[in-house]
Amino acid sequence: MSAPQHPFARTLVMVRTWPFVLDVGVAFCGLALFFAVLHIARYWMGTPEPVVPISHSARVLPLYAFYSLFRIGIAYLLSLTFAIAYGYAAARNPRLEPWMIAVLDVLQSIPVLSFLPPVVLAMVSLVPGHQLGIEMGVILLIFTGQVWNLAFSFYSSLKSIPREMMEASLIYRYSAWQRFWQLEMPYAAIGLVWNSIVSVAGGWFALMLCEMFTMGDRNFQLPGLGSYIQSAANGGDVAALLSGIAMVILIVVATDQLVWRPLIAWSDKFKFEQVESADRVTSPVLEMMRRSTLLNGLPGRLWAGIQQPIYRRLARSRERETFHPIDEEAEQRKGAMAFWMVAAAVVIAGVWALMQAVVMLRAITGHEMLHLLAGAAATFLRVNAALLISALWTVPVGVAIGFNPRLARVVQPLAQVLASVPASAFYPVLLLGLLKIGGGVGIGSIALMLLGTQWYILFNVIAGAMSIPSDLREVATLFRFTRWQRWTRLILPGIFPYLITGMVTASGGAWNASVMAEYAKVKDQTLETIGLGAEISSATDHGRFAIILVATILISLMVITVNRLLWRRLYRLAETRFKLEG
Amino acid sequence: MQEASLQTDARAVAGEAIIRAEKIEKYYAQPSENRIQVISATDLNILPGEILALLGPSGSGKSTMLRMLSGLSRPSAGQVYWHERPISQTQINVSIVFQSFALFPWMTVLENVEAPLVARGVDPGEREERSLRMIDTVGLAGFEGAYPKELSGGMRQRVGFARALVVEPEVLFMDEPFSALDVLTAENLRSELLELWSKKTMPTKAVFIVTHNIEEAVLLADRIIVLGRNPGHIRTDFRVQLPQLRDRKSEAFTQLVDYIYKVLTRPDVPAEEVPDQTGKKVRDQRQMKYQMLPHARPGGMAGLLELLLDKGGRDDIYRLADDLAFEIDDLFPIVEAAQLLGFLKVEEGDANITENGAEFANSEILRQKEVFRDAALGNVLLLRQIRRALESKSDHTVPEDFFLDMLDEQFSEDECLRQMETAITWGRYAELFDFDASRRRFVLPDAQEEEATADEAAH
Repeated sequence: MSAPQHPFARTLVMVRTWPFVLDVGVAFCGLALFFAVLHIARYWMGTPEPVVPISHSARVLPLYAFYSLFRIGIAYLLSLTFAIAYGYAAARNPRLEPWMIAVLDVLQSIPVLSFLPPVVLAMVSLVPGHQLGIEMGVILLIFTGQVWNLAFSFYSSLKSIPREMMEASLIYRYSAWQRFWQLEMPYAAIGLVWNSIVSVAGGWFALMLCEMFTMGDRNFQLPGLGSYIQSAANGGDVAALLSGIAMVILIVVATDQLVWRPLIAWSDKFKFEQVESADRVTSPVLEMMRRSTLLNGLPGRLWAGIQQPIYRRLARSRERETFHPIDEEAEQRKGAMAFWMVAAAVVIAGVWALMQAVVMLRAITGHEMLHLLAGAAATFLRVNAALLISALWTVPVGVAIGFNPRLARVVQPLAQVLASVPASAFYPVLLLGLLKIGGGVGIGSIALMLLGTQWYILFNVIAGAMSIPSDLREVATLFRFTRWQRWTRLILPGIFPYLITGMVTASGGAWNASVMAEYAKVKDQTLETIGLGAEISSATDHGRFAIILVATILISLMVITVNRLLWRRLYRLAETRFKLEG
Repeated sequence: MQEASLQTDARAVAGEAIIRAEKIEKYYAQPSENRIQVISATDLNILPGEILALLGPSGSGKSTMLRMLSGLSRPSAGQVYWHERPISQTQINVSIVFQSFALFPWMTVLENVEAPLVARGVDPGEREERSLRMIDTVGLAGFEGAYPKELSGGMRQRVGFARALVVEPEVLFMDEPFSALDVLTAENLRSELLELWSKKTMPTKAVFIVTHNIEEAVLLADRIIVLGRNPGHIRTDFRVQLPQLRDRKSEAFTQLVDYIYKVLTRPDVPAEEVPDQTGKKVRDQRQMKYQMLPHARPGGMAGLLELLLDKGGRDDIYRLADDLAFEIDDLFPIVEAAQLLGFLKVEEGDANITENGAEFANSEILRQKEVFRDAALGNVLLLRQIRRALESKSDHTVPEDFFLDMLDEQFSEDECLRQMETAITWGRYAELFDFDASRRRFVLPDAQEEEATADEAAH
């Protein structure tokens, strides 16, 4: 693409100088990144130091923020890689597909903290003698908070690729490599971007929990924002607490502006549509980056340079080869041997794990079991109370905002950012406040779930209200609908699919939040209330793995049951009966 | 017919066929012991130098046939040969032009056309040169950098052609390539395709086009195969001997079109029995209990009958389609439905309105519904069964699944749903029953419900 000819010299000067300044900026960013990686590497390869003293000075905040960001970044990259591999395997292997999806369903329902003991212990013993071991444990924990929805997104994108597109790639003899980069990845890109936003928000939430924790008689405390906020809360240092939170918010907003919005705007080209849509997300940052000659030309050329020899080799090696029909039978026969081997391995591992679990569970007394069941009931009620309260206030507010397009344009991105701010960062402040006015963890935990979940619902309700066609609203006015009729005949059915989407996301978040909410350490005292989350947290503290196991199974059971019995049905209803078709 | 000479071509016997299909079949296994036969054992050759058109009503397995011949899909039985070698074991050189274009929206025109060459490991320089030349050939020069969504439908299909031709395929397959385009654009592209073909601008040796447009087939093809349905089988296979640049108005052209209409509308003649090879029972859909309901609306039938009445109660179907500016494939279901309900008789390509049909067309809406109800109950087994089930059950409601299970024995899953949809439209119109879409249940309408309860009480 050549630059358009400008009649005025001044414009020409602008066109010339901007990209150069930008290029220098890009180069500086690259240099900074290089030294940062060097620093991290030195720290990671150092001797293990489970408890790093945490300073409350505001001056260390940037460094801590950097450590935390790095952990989340690595965890995100791991998540993305895993999600793509897992989703690909599930979508392309009809025999494994139902099993892999069921496993994903279960894993998704397990709260992050339940993974803590096994993951950290495994990593510390895998990489002895380096800080890397502990760090890897924490990164893997963040990973468990990010990966599942990405995998689901990629899988369902692959499954929905139009048949003729697949046939085209087959008849033109695309290699799996080419199909991946030219068809599957682009097709999945938009879903991956949106789910990445949710994932990274989940990562921040998990980070607040797992940078600093006690496991039996071992303490872990890593430098980072999560530790900073927690230790400030433990010490009752309000100023440090607030500056830590401010830092988190700053990072979240910056991520939104510098990463997500450009990505969303960029991924617009992957929209699978036949005509160009009118409203698009714009991003000034992306515009700037597009003007940089360095960023504009280099990656494309580099990419082509890498791809070309691969394509050539693939084409040569497959020269005599033919393509396989898309029919299922051939596919299945090919994988039969491998499938049975994997299946056997899984069964053996499963039986072994079951035996271990049974041995472990013998340690639980009947009394403890009753306590756990009571906790399960309490947490269940609390999660649903939080969801109900969220829905009760967000629906009227969201509809009011959505019906006012100008307001919606301002509030919607704001709600999106708020949804990304980890509620776990606010929790200590909230608890301190509650303690002062005489409240307790019971109310606090509901408040925390509210903080974490309501934004998803609000965000979706606004989108839903905006999607109600104006002619339907005019009809309601024309026929003088009463307020009751307006809500039951127009608004609620109109926002229903969106409300359900928001509630499903929120419900997952609320379960995860319950684990942290019911058990907290503030000002050197431990606050807890009855609930499964409290059981898991305190069991981690005391190293009672059997309790963690039972509590996790209970939570998974509840989440999966509610998903199957309630959300999935409502979802189907939303997709069939309440779909507004254009 | 002078043009119609059956395809016992000497060349095919001599082994000159590029693609030769031997007794290929397609069926889908059902959960029950039955299986759904989509295409019964069929022989078919694609010979060098010909444009072969495959015609047939929807549901006759045209696209399935194309996918088996191009190696995309494996026949359930039989074998497809590419130059006398099994197609799944040789490297073949074919392209497909798709109905939906199947372009990659995130790639520019140039990138889309280059992609198949990338797959074959062609060097970047040569790749670009060949692609640009092909883009120029299809008349898209200047649009190399555009994205498909910026182009009109016709231009997008040109990209589809460029992508198909850039690999210099030996056989070019086309799956209803013009049916997503408007009439003028389609006409334009068709003549350009013919020009490329006749001037040998493309190295392609044979073209295989699937279409439901009879005129299109007669315009383009050197040979036409007409498929029948339930299950798909070859009805007729003949050469078109009109010289190219055919004139739609010429006598020979219209005669040929008329002949094909007749073949398509003529009631099925019984074909030979399907041999049982696997020991599983193969259900021949011609002996089935339920008729296949054509997917037409009562309003459409009324419209057609009124038009026919205006024309004196009898007209050529071909002319009717023309008057209505309908594709014949859109008109067929309506004609078939009217035939099924006894409103219409078709003889020799002419539609004759019956007494019932005239009454249906002439009445006001309530009477129309009554006529329709009688005709539906008299002629459509499924509707009769639904109605009877509703009357005999004490709560006068029956779930849809009950009937779907019965249809399931005969039709594929998709077709079951479509049959049910049509039955619901007809039954609702005739006020035979109500259908509660949220609970997926049939319900007896209120007034009749009372009637039925009164009847019961009387018995």
